[in-house]
Amino acid sequence: MTMKRLINLKRTEARRIFITYSAVVIAYVIFQVMSSSGFLSSSMRGMLVPICAYMVMAVSLNLVVGISGELSLGHAGFMSIGAFSGVASAILMQSTITNAPVRLALAMIVGAIFAAIAGFLIGIPVLRLKGDYLAIVTLAFGEIIKSILNNFYFGVDAQGLHFSMLTDTTRLLKGGRLIIRGPMGISGIMKIATFPMGFILVMISLMVVFNLVNSRSGRAFMAIRDDRIAAESIGLDITKYKMMAFVTSAALAGAAGALFAMNYSTIVANKFDFNTSILILVFVVLGGQGNMLGSIIAAAALTVLPEKLRGFSDYRMLLYAIILIVTMLGTNNAEIREFFTKLNPFRRKEEA
Amino acid sequence: MTFLNFFISGISLGSIYAIIALGYTMVYGIAKMLNFAHGDVIMVGAYVCFYAVSRYNLNPFLGVIIAMFLCTVLGILVERFAYKPLRQAPSLAVLITAIGMSYFLQNTALLLWSSNPKVFPSIIGRGSFKLFDGNLSVSHITVLTISVCIVIMIVLSLFIGKTKLGKAMRACSEDKGAAQLMGINVNATISMTFAIGSGLAAIAGALLCSAYPTLMPTTGALPGIKAFTAAVFGGIGSIPGAFLGGLMLGVIEIFAKAYISSQLSDAVVFAVLIIVLLVKPAGLLGKSIQEKV
Amino acid sequence: MTKRIFTCALLILAMSSCAFGAPFKLGGTAPLTGGAAIYGTAARNGAAIAVEEINAKGGDIQFELRYEDDTHDAEKAVNAYNALKDWGMQLSLGSVTSKPCEATAAENFSDRIFALTPSASSAAVTEGKDNVFQMCFVDPNQGTASAQYIGEKGFAKKVAVIWKNDDVYSKGVYDTFIEAAPKYGLNIVSDTTFADGNDTDFSVQLTDAKDKGAELVFLPMYYQPASLILAQAQAMGYAPKWFGIDGMDGILTMEGFDKSLAEGVMLLTPFNADAKDELTVKFVAKYKEKHGEIPNQFAADGYDCVYAYYQALTQAKANADMSAEELCTKMIEQFTTMTFNGVTGENVKWSANGEVTKDPKGMVIKNGAYVGLD
Repeated sequence: MTMKRLINLKRTEARRIFITYSAVVIAYVIFQVMSSSGFLSSSMRGMLVPICAYMVMAVSLNLVVGISGELSLGHAGFMSIGAFSGVASAILMQSTITNAPVRLALAMIVGAIFAAIAGFLIGIPVLRLKGDYLAIVTLAFGEIIKSILNNFYFGVDAQGLHFSMLTDTTRLLKGGRLIIRGPMGISGIMKIATFPMGFILVMISLMVVFNLVNSRSGRAFMAIRDDRIAAESIGLDITKYKMMAFVTSAALAGAAGALFAMNYSTIVANKFDFNTSILILVFVVLGGQGNMLGSIIAAAALTVLPEKLRGFSDYRMLLYAIILIVTMLGTNNAEIREFFTKLNPFRRKEEA
Repeated sequence: MTFLNFFISGISLGSIYAIIALGYTMVYGIAKMLNFAHGDVIMVGAYVCFYAVSRYNLNPFLGVIIAMFLCTVLGILVERFAYKPLRQAPSLAVLITAIGMSYFLQNTALLLWSSNPKVFPSIIGRGSFKLFDGNLSVSHITVLTISVCIVIMIVLSLFIGKTKLGKAMRACSEDKGAAQLMGINVNATISMTFAIGSGLAAIAGALLCSAYPTLMPTTGALPGIKAFTAAVFGGIGSIPGAFLGGLMLGVIEIFAKAYISSQLSDAVVFAVLIIVLLVKPAGLLGKSIQEKV
Repeated sequence: MTKRIFTCALLILAMSSCAFGAPFKLGGTAPLTGGAAIYGTAARNGAAIAVEEINAKGGDIQFELRYEDDTHDAEKAVNAYNALKDWGMQLSLGSVTSKPCEATAAENFSDRIFALTPSASSAAVTEGKDNVFQMCFVDPNQGTASAQYIGEKGFAKKVAVIWKNDDVYSKGVYDTFIEAAPKYGLNIVSDTTFADGNDTDFSVQLTDAKDKGAELVFLPMYYQPASLILAQAQAMGYAPKWFGIDGMDGILTMEGFDKSLAEGVMLLTPFNADAKDELTVKFVAKYKEKHGEIPNQFAADGYDCVYAYYQALTQAKANADMSAEELCTKMIEQFTTMTFNGVTGENVKWSANGEVTKDPKGMVIKNGAYVGLD
């Protein structure tokens, strides 16, 4: 009996994974075809890459919030580290690696590595805490990262790389380039991020997360989330597993940050503030904790929504807030949900 | 003397954080939710007070009372329509709704009162007490804010500790289910908590803008986050903790600016917070709950 | 939504039918919500007044203006820009704030849509782009001009600077000010900052300036934090000379502001709402009538942008049937050669890289109004 249930459970899980992959692939094919045949508005075309980046952010945060069960309010910090290190490395590689997609891929890897290191260092103190206290410490780290990047200078010249904090003391030789300029961020970025690369990154992060979740470690994550004490008593090394989820999540966020940044000609540290962390958390909660497809749909929908509301000019952000509240009520309150289900028979399918 | 002056500046700033943190911590203590819209209720309170005083030339204290009344009504409405339907929902859903509410209030304020900053008339003027031949000055508003903080702290503690409603609040905070079985109207109690928290927000708004007089639709947002940090610092849920946390946060921020680096002061503040939480994982005065196996 | 579009369409139809030619589609992005909304709404309102005036003349050149919200964020600005492109924007007003404008300017450059930004002042906005022009001073010029002004007029030797550490505008001015200061015999004795999260209490910065004996405090920032600094300095009994830049403009028009606090504050600004010339008087009166407020520098820049376009389009004999790219070539030609008179300056010229040259006016606040410094 239990064996049968387990097999059933595995089947549903496998089906869910399959649906998620195919939904992403189908959506990609549709949008790629529409985009190349000119059916897509500039507005939509411009959002394809950031949507991919936000999807990866949402999936990676869902690993921490949904699977591992820790509330993180500083996820944008990792995105920021990935963005700055990724873009800086892409600029350094500009002359040696002329192939743009290769350079982008390398930059995303660099971004992922730096963010993973930061994730590891931050994870050491953070994962000793619990609940809301853990949340506030991640918020604090997010702010610290922002503050440091706002005071960080990094340049390159014939003599090599130069770093400085607080004031620009790099004193570059003629012909050198000050890449990160404190509060002014990075300017003049070559926009090499593309939709296909974004798609690949979304697929990779899904694979990483699904493989992790359905491995021995993944079951350990969920055991810890559901009952920490029981998990500990059967000898699971809680810190190790939490760290694994945290670092993986940070690495994916770093790659997403690099992708995101290279879609614009300029970035600043202030972009990746508390509000951005919250935005990503909204994707996760709206899409359903632990539900990767939900995260992906929510990320896309909530990125497109404010753009679609432009017709309402001054009332746009007010409407956005109302829609956000109503959706949260609609998906979390039994009575209201019932009301909406009656109203729209297709709704349940969208959410699944 | 400079040191003392900085200390006093820190206390003034901290007293503002403290009064906002009191509202946060009270709602958290009872309803177990992070009400991120609290900062924006403060902003609404400040605007109401501003219009009462500058447009209708009312007495500032009357202005504060009107603001308290309207904010209490606002708090009850917000609670009724946005938070109450989510009583059974996971706490994250409530958190996101609170953030949505924060956007809602900010954007409504933007439409109603425009983005142009207003200069708030101080409710008690801008004078200060001079000590040590004028080497040390403490502004009236600081003294007022701290006094108000202490009064609110004592009244709240007494209210929660001694009155019947306060007992009901504590019961809800401990165990909602058990409280219900004991005949406590949990919903009404939580609504009451929000009403009180929002009323306090109006006072905080008037004091915040009396001390730092520019008023914009986003005025409440950042002090709100800082005050939230202060509440956690002191041990969220603990009323004296919020007061202590607020004052300490203010002093640390000013000292970090003065003696470490004005550029990195925020980083220093948050680093201190992290260290405190590592040493005392439930904040300075928070109860650390023993896990039951 | 459809209803709205329909009414919009009707409106456009009505507008174009009474005009002689089809209108030029003029679009810009600006922070209309969020913390920077003060600047965005002002620029939009200013531009809207100019468009209304020009359209009322009923000449060959008619405009249709559309502003999209960018919430002072580069990502949203590109989205807003793309929305404008879908609408069919022919001429662009760039973005109002610097960082978003850097992002949209790159798009303007690759799409060959000409841009004239009212107020995005960082140097990176125009750098390397032949079709992006500024109506405001570029930040580095303001820093140098301020240092020169202070030094040459002999206002002070010991100078303190308080600047905003997470703001492109403030940092841009600060950098060149610090660099130019020694040249004009200025000694920077105190150099302190603030940022978004800690922009309420300035006691540390002011104490530092006071203790180091600064005779003048330079404030490269917008007027909202500056008003707090002035109030707190007065409370602690510190009365140095104050020197601000164009972002300081607007301080006198804040509702409820005690103007005596700003007494003696000097600032470099291209716009003076109290000026008595005909253009300014007319513009200020119109703005007040429509929005109940006195226009600030952003509104004036927005207003001038539209008139600069009007002049350039008239001289180029352009018509609204031309594509954005044709207009772009024509506009580059005009803007690099023409001279423009507006509310933010006379004899305004542009260099080939898009930077404006106009004389910053030194102003001092006396009895709650601007008075020329010279």
